Amino acid sequence: MRRALVPVLAALLALAPLVPMAGMKQYVLHVMIQILIWSFIGGAWSLMGRFGLVSLGHGAFLGLGAYATVLLWNFWAWSPWLGGAVAVVLTAILAAVVAYPCSRFQVVGHYFGLVTLAVGEVIRLLIIAERDWTGGSLGVSLKPVGSDSLWALQFADKRVFYYGALALWLAGLWVWHRVDRSMARSAMEAIGEDETAAASVGIHVTRFKIAITVLSAALTAVGGVAYAQYIAYVNPDTLAGIGVSLRIVFAVVLGGMYSLLGPAVGAALTIALSEWLRIAFGLKLIGMAETIYGFLLVVFIIFLPAGIVGSAGGLLRGGARYGPPHPPDARRAPA
Amino acid sequence: MSLLELTGVTTGYGHFTALWDVGLRVERGEAVAVVGPNGAGKTTLLRVISGVLPVRAGTLTFDGAALAGRPAHEVVAHGIAHVPEGRRLFPTLTVADNLKMGAYLGRARKHYAETLARVYALFPVLAERRTQRAGSLSGGEQQMLAIGRALMSRPRLILLDEPSMGLAPVMVLRLFDLIRRVREEGYTILVVEQNVRQVLKLVDRAYLLEVGRIKMEGRAAELNDQDFVRKAYVGL
Amino acid sequence: MIDPIFLAEAAVNGVLLGGVLALLALGLNLIFGVIDIVWIAYVDLVMLCMYLVYFLVQVYGWPVWAGGLAAVALGAALGIAVHLLIISPILGSAPINQLLATGGLLFFLQSFATFLWTTDHRSVRLSLPSYDLGGIFLPLTRVIPFAISILALVALYLFLTRTFVGTAIRAVSQDREAMGLMGANPHRIYLVTSAVGGLMAGLAGALLIFLYSVHPFFGGQLGPLTFMICVLGGLGNMVGAFVASFIMSEIISIAGVLWSTEMGYVIAFVVFIVMIFVRPGGILARRG
Repeated sequence: MRRALVPVLAALLALAPLVPMAGMKQYVLHVMIQILIWSFIGGAWSLMGRFGLVSLGHGAFLGLGAYATVLLWNFWAWSPWLGGAVAVVLTAILAAVVAYPCSRFQVVGHYFGLVTLAVGEVIRLLIIAERDWTGGSLGVSLKPVGSDSLWALQFADKRVFYYGALALWLAGLWVWHRVDRSMARSAMEAIGEDETAAASVGIHVTRFKIAITVLSAALTAVGGVAYAQYIAYVNPDTLAGIGVSLRIVFAVVLGGMYSLLGPAVGAALTIALSEWLRIAFGLKLIGMAETIYGFLLVVFIIFLPAGIVGSAGGLLRGGARYGPPHPPDARRAPA
Repeated sequence: MSLLELTGVTTGYGHFTALWDVGLRVERGEAVAVVGPNGAGKTTLLRVISGVLPVRAGTLTFDGAALAGRPAHEVVAHGIAHVPEGRRLFPTLTVADNLKMGAYLGRARKHYAETLARVYALFPVLAERRTQRAGSLSGGEQQMLAIGRALMSRPRLILLDEPSMGLAPVMVLRLFDLIRRVREEGYTILVVEQNVRQVLKLVDRAYLLEVGRIKMEGRAAELNDQDFVRKAYVGL
Repeated sequence: MIDPIFLAEAAVNGVLLGGVLALLALGLNLIFGVIDIVWIAYVDLVMLCMYLVYFLVQVYGWPVWAGGLAAVALGAALGIAVHLLIISPILGSAPINQLLATGGLLFFLQSFATFLWTTDHRSVRLSLPSYDLGGIFLPLTRVIPFAISILALVALYLFLTRTFVGTAIRAVSQDREAMGLMGANPHRIYLVTSAVGGLMAGLAGALLIFLYSVHPFFGGQLGPLTFMICVLGGLGNMVGAFVASFIMSEIISIAGVLWSTEMGYVIAFVVFIVMIFVRPGGILARRG
């Protein structure tokens, strides 16, 4: 039954733009495109997160991917296909530069989180500091070509982006599935549990960690490129830094870090929630929507510690199928 | 009424049951040993008495008070001091601060200076090293500090977990002498030990624990024979 | 070429800022070391305390000292509230959940402040004399907060080394279970630690409002910096955090004069990243 879930879901989503939705169609599509892109990004994050590599700096990878593509297009008219590829390569290099010493010197847990957080801040501050290029904290808009163009990846019709985002999301699920099925999974889980033990049975810890970090960062950069092309505007606070990094992690943990559709459920929920609150409050009571959003996040984390999919799965099965093999802080019982 | 009395105590970790139906008592002023091979559950027994591990079934009374289900910090307040396996000192705190933590509880805190003088009299080396970090002491000194720290709470029962572990043979003999002096001060002791011959010279009675069950009990003098000692070491 | 006198002045300012940063870093490090949880929203509590002083002093005309004391009290109360309402229920959860819960608090506090007080920048300006020390400008509005910070740090040091509870806080950070065997209820120790950590945040807020203007996103830049200082100094290592505060504040101050404020932070963060690889146990850790 579970095997059929994704194809059925994909088919339903593929048909969505054909459903008449009165005047709401453009807006619904807009929300769904965002959900798909952030699901993809969340999935990329969870590739690392589920193996105990909790990154608080994915904003750096997202921002680097988005900004590099936009700036290459604006200043040198490099097509986003080319610029995006360059941006992804740059991001992969950044990830490798961070991941290598982290694995080499066994920077784990809180320390890993704080190193990645620092990387995220460095990228955000560099974007703000280089204002002549990046527009500083005001952000920068993508130079429009004025017509639909596959070369420039700009389209007036939201449906094009919708199908693009859907394809991207499915591709992300495929990568997730491949990693899940591959040897790397058991290896990485062993690392998540006990690094020394994993190393002693011949698992090349350093190589696995770097590989999964680079993969996760590169996919996140792809997500950044997609988001920038769709929104046609980049800004350091929405695409880099601690705020966006935390939002990614929130969505994933809320949905369930250890299951295929967890990140998508989390992204759908957080985006739907913040959109709903935004509309409910409109321009009145500025800040109230975000206040409730923050409050609900705390409540969710306290009462649904395994995430929605995790908690639901656990209830259905009467056990924690979608949990880490052991609680991360469980101490071995003394004899 | 015994000072400490366990009846039918069962406990474990997760799905694993480490102690089955254990019955044990310690009278006031007595020294009692629990011996047995590695993995028999000796440490678990002390951990369940001091409330670090919950009791799953059975009763645990101390001086008439039911202690099963009470957390560790409440058990200490009743007068049980636990010198844990591996000593568990606070390594970067000074010797004096470690002793001070032993007297954390209100009752002990009131008599802090007085108890400290007694502990220093018992272990003069601790007085000499009072400003050193606990982590910098030798193994024997660390064990003395761990015992001294337990005495600081003015306990009515001291639980000693493998006091001789990791010590050189000469040091083991000295340590048992010191424990004997602690006994002579009038403290009640329940000790878990690998070094069966030495510990049987120290205590009044002993229990043999094997794979989580009490297998034998008797007066120390009677148990000090080849057969018992062999069982205590290898469980055969 | 920059006049050396500007660099000297930046260095002095770095020292003066370092004192207040140390207050923040030590408060967070205490919680970090004892409860093993990163309060991502720590500096956002400082932000609330800054607003309190602003309103009490600037709007309601309280004397400065009374506003400061109120902020300290609010800080301690917030510390207790965060522990009881957010941390305590999830002490057994995965570390990532603990981190995210305080992350949610960060969103909550920033947006709630926006809702209540808009994004306007507010400040309390005192007119106090300045001294001229051989061309270096030394305003009392910076010297006094520095002096109060140092006094508070000395008081914290005495509390942690001289009192039973303070020593127990240090002991719990080394061995939680052993401290339980001493008869200390770990949850009470956590509560006291959170209160003291919150109190430090309140005091830092009461001092920072005289140096910077406050706005809902005040925690954005100082927050990450404070975590970095804690790690740079070594988890739970109070002296290390103290030294690291001054290293970071000097980098930010001097690089800020040479290039720009953002570059100052960039360099400080890069130094942090490099240091964590070179000296993972903190700057004062003995190797090996």
